[in-house]
Amino acid sequence: MEQEKKRKGILRYAQYVKGYWLPTVLTPFFMIFEVALEVLIPLLMAAIVDGGLYARDDFLLRGILPESLKTGSTGLILTLGGLMVVAALLSLTCGVMGARTGSIAAMGFAKNLRRAIFEKIQSFSFANTDRFSTSSLIVRSTTDVTMIQNIFMQFIRIFVRAPMMMIFAAIMAFRINSELSWIFVVAIPFLAAAMITLVSLGHPRFTAMLKKTDAMNTSVQENLIAMRVVKAFVREDYEKRKFHASVEDLKKAQIRAQKLFSFSGPIQMFIMFTCTVILLALGGMKIIHYKSFGPGELTSLMTYTTQIISSLAMVSFMIVSVSMAKASVGRINEVLDEEIDIIGADSDLKVENGDIEFRGVDFSYVNDPENLTLSDISFKIRSGETIGIVGGTGEGKSTLVQLIPRFYDVLAGEVLIAGHNVKEYSLYELREGVSMVLQKNMLFSGSIKENLRWGNADATDEEIAEACRMACAEDFILGFPDGYDTDLGQGGCNVSGGQKQRLCIARALLKKPKILILDDSTSAVDTATDEKIRKAFREYIPGTTKLIIAQRIASIMDSDRIIVMDEGRVVDIGTHDELMARSEIYREVYDSQMESSEGGEE
Amino acid sequence: MARQSDMIAKFKGKRRPDNFFKTIGRLLSYYKNCKWEFIIAVLFIIIYSVSVIVAGYQLKGLTVVLEQALEDRAGIHMDSQIAAYTSILIYMGVLYFVSVITNYALNRLMLQCTAVVMAKLRVDLFDRMQELPVSFFDSKTHGELMSYFTNDVDAIREMLNQSITQLMISTVSLIGVVVAMVRLSAPLFLIVLVLGTLVVLITKFIASRSGKNYVKQQKALSKVNGFIEEMMEGQRVVKAFNHEEKVMLDFDERNEELRQVATRASMLATIMGPIMNNLSHIFYALTTTIGVLFGINGELIRKLSENSRFDWQKIGVEGAVLIAFLGFIRQFSNRVSEISQQFNFVLLALAGAERVFSLMDMDPEVDEGTVTLETKEDGSKFWTYIDKEGRTVEVPLVGRIELHDVDFSYDGKKLVLEDVNVYAKKGQKIAFVGSTGAGKTTIINLVNRFYDVVDGEITYDGIDIRDIKKDDLRGTLGMVLQDTHLFTGTVMENIRYGKLDATDEDCIAAAKIANAHYFISHLPEGYQTMLYSDGANLSQGQRQLIAIARAAVAAPVVLILDEATSSIDTRTEKLIESGMDKLMEGRTVFVIAHRLSTVRNSNAIMVLEHGRIIERGDHDDLIRQQGKYYQLYTGAFELS
Repeated sequence: MEQEKKRKGILRYAQYVKGYWLPTVLTPFFMIFEVALEVLIPLLMAAIVDGGLYARDDFLLRGILPESLKTGSTGLILTLGGLMVVAALLSLTCGVMGARTGSIAAMGFAKNLRRAIFEKIQSFSFANTDRFSTSSLIVRSTTDVTMIQNIFMQFIRIFVRAPMMMIFAAIMAFRINSELSWIFVVAIPFLAAAMITLVSLGHPRFTAMLKKTDAMNTSVQENLIAMRVVKAFVREDYEKRKFHASVEDLKKAQIRAQKLFSFSGPIQMFIMFTCTVILLALGGMKIIHYKSFGPGELTSLMTYTTQIISSLAMVSFMIVSVSMAKASVGRINEVLDEEIDIIGADSDLKVENGDIEFRGVDFSYVNDPENLTLSDISFKIRSGETIGIVGGTGEGKSTLVQLIPRFYDVLAGEVLIAGHNVKEYSLYELREGVSMVLQKNMLFSGSIKENLRWGNADATDEEIAEACRMACAEDFILGFPDGYDTDLGQGGCNVSGGQKQRLCIARALLKKPKILILDDSTSAVDTATDEKIRKAFREYIPGTTKLIIAQRIASIMDSDRIIVMDEGRVVDIGTHDELMARSEIYREVYDSQMESSEGGEE
Repeated sequence: MARQSDMIAKFKGKRRPDNFFKTIGRLLSYYKNCKWEFIIAVLFIIIYSVSVIVAGYQLKGLTVVLEQALEDRAGIHMDSQIAAYTSILIYMGVLYFVSVITNYALNRLMLQCTAVVMAKLRVDLFDRMQELPVSFFDSKTHGELMSYFTNDVDAIREMLNQSITQLMISTVSLIGVVVAMVRLSAPLFLIVLVLGTLVVLITKFIASRSGKNYVKQQKALSKVNGFIEEMMEGQRVVKAFNHEEKVMLDFDERNEELRQVATRASMLATIMGPIMNNLSHIFYALTTTIGVLFGINGELIRKLSENSRFDWQKIGVEGAVLIAFLGFIRQFSNRVSEISQQFNFVLLALAGAERVFSLMDMDPEVDEGTVTLETKEDGSKFWTYIDKEGRTVEVPLVGRIELHDVDFSYDGKKLVLEDVNVYAKKGQKIAFVGSTGAGKTTIINLVNRFYDVVDGEITYDGIDIRDIKKDDLRGTLGMVLQDTHLFTGTVMENIRYGKLDATDEDCIAAAKIANAHYFISHLPEGYQTMLYSDGANLSQGQRQLIAIARAAVAAPVVLILDEATSSIDTRTEKLIESGMDKLMEGRTVFVIAHRLSTVRNSNAIMVLEHGRIIERGDHDDLIRQQGKYYQLYTGAFELS
């Protein structure tokens, strides 16, 4: 599959044209017509000047025009003039139509591409996401897409237009005078070579410049975000010096890169002017010596020179922008090609009960057996049990529970739910069965009710109220003027930390899961409420397995069993009393939190 | 540079015509950093434009010679014709050569200028931003702040890079082209004038619409951005709740909206090229037709002259004139549309420049402090100032901080702190406890003068902190803030941020105090491990440990810990505690903590509610009082 993708290369992007094929195909046609008409105009001009003004009998197009239109007659002039205006008008129409269809095609393409990227990101596992950062994924799905969309549009417009212009203009020039037109055959490769040299020399320099710009912006952003730190440590001058250095750096890179491009205009001009002068010299001599060549023809040849040279320049600039977009394509391909490392099984298996078993589980965030976050974890939990997990920060508690809904996959060993390896379930069914209240709680913009419905889209008001009662959230929700319809800002910033945690618990309860995992999710809730919530769990969802990670030992003291973790290992499992008796770590944690509160209760 | 603080009020993101020239003027004033390059570049622009036009004008002379040659069928004067033709052609070639050389030179010079000007502009902007008060940063989102450096500065860069040079060339050329055309044939120029008017009108019409649509497109784009960002941040939740499909539907809606707006915006932007291009073709065709029709020896002129007394020959167009004239039509329409299009970019960029300048004009943090911190030979430090009688007063640096009847308000209306009195002696640990918004962090913001008191005063070793030089005041305060911010660089560099001349050993010792040494030595490259994007490769707790080490290396007199251990679990906190105790020893310490176990051993605990201190005393006192603190402590009350 990987091979196949690589082979397809740029062609893979063809699939994103879907739905916009008609404008995509029409655009080049419009461009070709526009160019063809545009190239016709100098030809007509030559005819009208030589035939009308100078009344030369051998003017261009004499052959195709009817005899009745006599050379030098007003009729001939009006006919040719009329043709010119019509050609220009048609060319205008084609040009406008091309711009229109081109825009439709390119924006449609961008839409499809954006969708594909977002869809892919959605399917990412956390291991996938960890490889990118959020901001880089956003850049990829917006800025990079815009870049490619512009290239796409240029491709169907300018990339058709410019070479066509060159070809048509060259054909016309040869038709007018093949002897003189040989000059283009000499000039084009010369200009092309010059442009290619500039582009290939310039590209790495430009990339270097862009990198410097990025680095500078990153450091500015860091500085702005950390302004309080800067001020607190009186590091303004230090930061200024740092910034001045990177500005100086950027300045040098900028001059280095753009210096080359200062040549491109003059080179173009030089070649164009040289062609013009040579054409005038040779053409003029022809007229003076042999009188066989009209001034109108000479003028139109000069126009074709301009057309040919400027289209060639256009093509070379296109190559620049395409090569600039290469980085964007690469970044997007990275996303699209990212191997999703967690794919659910294709099965209808449902989570039947809340049994959990870990069998010799090793886990590493970097897939390195030498760098294990969890090692050799084994335990069994029966459906309906309440299990507390304690241990220090970074000892692997959160990591452990994230293996249950397959947010990550084990490195070795297996995780079983209701007797089946988690890999045997489809991701949908597995996660339907497991509800998780995360350490980093997140509510979305929208009302409280909308947020709660994440748990169950079809929940009735009564069900919602019931879940909120269990999570001790009903009272404060009803205290808001809009009750359940209260709007939460982005990130749920309109509620306090404790309230947010309770809403998240209610949301998880609405799913009616077989397994409920609370990852340090009552830390901001007061102890009394915390206890009430746990009591509600015991009473209302006795069949649900509850895994509770908590900093506060009081939150887990009354669990059926407690897992003690240290340095990525399960060091002990037992009831509070058992652990008090035999686990030093547990006692340490307990003492650190409890000694004084006992003192306070004297 | 003139400070025009009163301009800020006027700007407010809007563009006013009277600021237009001011802004341009101010922007141009930056060119004084590359005065000579700029002057020479302008000179070259004139030489370049004139030589191109004069060269084009030679077509007339050339065609006249050719016309003579065509009439001279026998070729009697051929030699003189060739001589005349060749000399004009050589003249033309020389002019073209001059134009190529000057074009290169002016581009190169302008590039130099732009780079210099941009660098200066960035430096000025950044430097001023460093000096602005914290209140400015609090009133703006990070996105808004960044947009000065990205959107606004970029717009200016684009303008300076392309528009300015282009605009100057176009303007000079346009004047030249018009002069040349009028000299060639005033009647034909009248036709072209219609073209010019049309071009200006159409450009204006499309540009104004295109501008509006562009804004709409940016809005739709940022909506999509925001949506992706929210969903990315909530990815765990999305997955945990099997919400992928629903999210996709929501995305589609926004995506389609963006497509529609973007299509319109793009259409308006791309349509300009073909319209301008073909418009000039139409006029080319019209001018050719009319010119030929009124050809001086043409059928029409002859007939007209026969039938009227008016000498139609007078307005007849000569062939040579027409051919030279046609050469200028395209130039004319290109120049006009360039100017009108560039002008639009210039307007956009000037709006950015106005924003940048208005920021540069903002008042920096006030620092009228005269009391400075000096170090004696024996290493001891003291405050020094000159009193009213002109005597030098020296006050030893101790770290005694007192708040007397302090009132404070962020907006001038609602009091956030009221009648706050706090006395902290050297070596004491003072804790603040209370809900979010009770004013804990505000007190600290006042002590380090991120904000200034509204009423009352804060003294440091008996000196009003407003009289102390800000840098010296903050230099004695060590802070570990609620949000840990680290910088791109190695772990070592991040710790050294606290004291720039600290040795590696100092930094490692500080890390040991903060109990960060253990985990740092287990990082892939130990102290040389690079941290990226605010230390994203570390856990929240680890980042906080580094921040504590950073404060420790600074060896401050007064230590401020604002929720410094909130992300560290109690057991680790316990481990740090011994180090922290060492760190706090002999210093005045202010602690803000959510977790009460952290503040228990403080000398005094202040319970804040709605900006007032409602309870104070040490842990045992407060437990005995059985008030708010007691409730909190026993878990009967929840801090929000």
